[in-house]
Amino acid sequence: MTSLDKLKKGDKAIVKDLVTDEVPLTLLEMGCLPGSEICILGLASKKGPMYVKIDESHMSIDSVTASNVIVELIN
Amino acid sequence: MVKTITVALIGNPNTGKSSVFNNLTGLKQKVGNYPGVTVEKKTGSFRADRTTNVQLIDLPGTYGLNTQSLDQSIVFDLLLNKKNKDFPDVVVVVADIENLKRNLLLFSQIKDLEIPSILVINMADQLKSKGIEIDVGKLEEKFDTKVILLSARKNFGFEQLKSEIKDYRNLSDKPAFDINEIDPEYFSNLQKTFPAESVYKLWLLITQDINYTKLDRKRINDTGKFKTQTESHLKKLQQRETIKRYQEINNLLKEAYVKDLKKATGLRSSIDKILLHGFWGYLVFFSILLLIFQVIFDWSNIPMDFIDNTFVSLSQSVKLNLPDGVFTSLLAEGVIPGLAGIIIFVPQIALLFFFISILEETGYMSRVVFLMDRTLKKFGLGGKSLIPLVSGVACAIPAVMATRNIENWKDRLITILVIPFMTCSARLPVYLILISLVIPNDKFIGINYQSLTLMGLYILGFLMAIISSFILKNIIKRDSKSYLVLEMPEYKFPLIKNIFLTVFSKTNSFIVEAGKIIFAISILLWIMASTGPGNNFKNADQIVKDKYENIEISDEELDINIESFKLEHSYIGLVGKSIEPVISPLGYDWKIGIALVTSFAAREVFVGTLSTIYSVGSENQETIKNTMAQEKDSYGNKIFDLPTGLSLMIFYAFAMQCMSTLAIVKKETNSWKWPMAQLFFMTTLAYFASLFVYQFLS
Repeated sequence: MTSLDKLKKGDKAIVKDLVTDEVPLTLLEMGCLPGSEICILGLASKKGPMYVKIDESHMSIDSVTASNVIVELIN
Repeated sequence: MVKTITVALIGNPNTGKSSVFNNLTGLKQKVGNYPGVTVEKKTGSFRADRTTNVQLIDLPGTYGLNTQSLDQSIVFDLLLNKKNKDFPDVVVVVADIENLKRNLLLFSQIKDLEIPSILVINMADQLKSKGIEIDVGKLEEKFDTKVILLSARKNFGFEQLKSEIKDYRNLSDKPAFDINEIDPEYFSNLQKTFPAESVYKLWLLITQDINYTKLDRKRINDTGKFKTQTESHLKKLQQRETIKRYQEINNLLKEAYVKDLKKATGLRSSIDKILLHGFWGYLVFFSILLLIFQVIFDWSNIPMDFIDNTFVSLSQSVKLNLPDGVFTSLLAEGVIPGLAGIIIFVPQIALLFFFISILEETGYMSRVVFLMDRTLKKFGLGGKSLIPLVSGVACAIPAVMATRNIENWKDRLITILVIPFMTCSARLPVYLILISLVIPNDKFIGINYQSLTLMGLYILGFLMAIISSFILKNIIKRDSKSYLVLEMPEYKFPLIKNIFLTVFSKTNSFIVEAGKIIFAISILLWIMASTGPGNNFKNADQIVKDKYENIEISDEELDINIESFKLEHSYIGLVGKSIEPVISPLGYDWKIGIALVTSFAAREVFVGTLSTIYSVGSENQETIKNTMAQEKDSYGNKIFDLPTGLSLMIFYAFAMQCMSTLAIVKKETNSWKWPMAQLFFMTTLAYFASLFVYQFLS
C-alpha cells in the first residue's frame, strides 16, 4: 500500500481508499473510486501534477490531492 | 396559441454540450475542451413546430450535482425551485460515447430530481472508429429514459431530439436510484421528519447552502428532531453516494455498452508525448505563446490604425459639416473619441479570443495547465492563470476577460488584480517617447541603451505582477483549497462555428458592458477639458490674440496657442495645477499633471495631451519630442531630464492608468471594491516608486 503521488511514470495500481476529508468530490465524480485501475501516463515535474488514466478517464491531479489517494501497485 | 417548453441542457465538460446548444439555437455560445468554460447562464430558443416554442438554457458543465463550485448554486436553484421562472419542463443530459459511464453519474442524479429527462449521446458519428457499440433499446430500458444518438459535428439526431422535447409529457420522471441505500437509518429519519418532501432533494439541500422552498437548511437544523451531522460525515455520505451510483451504473451498463479496447487510437498518447515532454512540451508552449503575442501585437496594428483614422476623419467631418456649437463640439470631441476608445480594443480582443478558443477547442489548454500549474502555484496563481497573464502584454482588458476559465475564485481574483502590471501595448508609445528623450542612443557592449531600457520595463512589469500575486496569496484568505483535478480531453479538430461564436460573444460583451463605463468617463473628461471657470477660459481667444498682436504668427499657430491656453485654464487644467504640489516631488510640473489626468482614460493619451499642451499641432513624434526636449522650468533647467523621465516611466509601469481596465474588472468581479483597491494600491505604489527614483537620481 502506498499513495498515488509516490508512483512513477508507467506504474499501474488499484485505488484502495481515499482520505475523505482531503480529496475533492470531483475526483470521485470523475471516476476515481476504490477499485478503479490507475495508470500513470506522465509527470509534469517533480512535485508537479500527475497525468493519469483512471479506468476510462484521462485527468491530471496535483500531488497534494494524489497523496490522499491510497493505492496498491500491480505491475 | 404558441406554447413554450422550457428545456435545461446539462452535461459533463467536454461532451460537446455547447455544440449541441449552438446547433439547436444558432445563438452565441461556445464549446470548449476546457472544463468549466460555460460560466454564465446562456439561453436560446427555437421552434419545435408551428405552435411550440422551446426555451433552451445551457447550464454550466459539471461532473455531478454535489460538486461545490462558484456557479453551482445557479444550477441548483433552477433545478430545485419550482417557482424559478426557468424551472425546466424537461432536462436534456448531454453525454458522449467515450465517457458514457461517467456521464451517467450526472444523469442518474438528474433523474432523481423527478423531472422528465432525455439522454443525448453525442459524437455518435465516431462509434465505429472508436470500437464502441451501444444498445439503445437496452439503455432506454435499464435507465428508464429516452436515449438519442446524435452528432453535433455531423449534424444528425437533432430532429429526433426536437420531436422528443415536443412530446416531453410522454417521458418518464421516475427516480433512478434509491438514496436510502447509502445510509438507511439516516435517510429514513430524514424522510420521517419531512414526509412531504423528496428525500433526494432534502439531501441536496443539506449538502448545499441554498434555499429552494419554505424549507431551508436552517429549519432542518432547528427542528431539533433531526441532526444534519458534521461536515466530515456528510462528505463521507456524499462519497458513498457517488460510489454506490457508479456501482449501479456499472451493472446496468454491462449489456448496453461494449468497447473494443484494441480500437483505441494512439493519437492522444503520441501527441501528448511531445506536448507534455519535460523540454519539448515547454518549448512548443512558449513558441505558441510567442506566436500569439506577435500576432496580437503586430496584426492588430492594421485594424487599430484603421479604426483610429476612421474616427478622426469622422470627427473632422462632423466639425466641418455641422454648425459650430456645444452640440457639435460634444459630438466631435466627446462622443466620437469616446466611441473610438472602445472600438479600438476590438481587434485585440477578437484576436486573443480567436486563439484562446482554438487552444480550448483542440484540448491543448488542459495540457498547458498541466505543464504550468506547479510553477505558478508558488506565486499564488494556478496553471490556468498563465494565458491571461501573458495576454496582459497586449492588453489588460481581454486578459481580464480571459480569467473566466479559472474556476477557483481566489486564483482568479489574484490573476485579475495583477494583470495590469504586465506591460500592455498602450504603455509602449509613452515609453518610446520618454526613452527617446532621456536615454542616450549609445551602445554598451553592442547593446543599445534605449532597447535595454525598454526590455527592462517589460521585465519590471512581469516581476511586479509575480511579486504582488505572491503578497496577495498571503493576504486574501479564503478556505477554498486550491486543488487541481482536471480532465485531459481527447485532441479534437476545432469547430469553426464555435470559434466564431466565442469571438463574437466576447467582443460583444466587452462593447456593451465595459463600453458604457468608458464612454461615460470620456464624456466627463471632455466636459472638464472644454469648460473652465472665470474669464481666462471664456476670453481665451481675445487674451491670446492680444498677446501675439505685435508678433508675426500664422493663423494655425495662433489657433494652437489658443487651444493650449484654453486647456491650461479649463477644469482639467486646474486639476493639473492643483495636483502640482503633490507631483512636483516626482519631478513633474502641472503640464505633465494634466497629461497624467487625461491619460487616465487610456495611457497612450499621455502623448497626445502633451502635444496639445506644448502647442505642437502635428502628431509628428519628432516635433513633439523636440519641443519637449527644449521645455525648461522657471530656473532654466530642462524638464525632461533623466530623473523626471525615469520617474515617469516607473509611474506608468506601476500606476493603474486605465479606466477601461477598471471597468472590466468591475464587471468581472461584480463589485467596485476590487477595482478601487487596485486603483489605490497601484497608484500608491507608482507614486512612491517614482518618488524614490526621482529623489535618488536628482
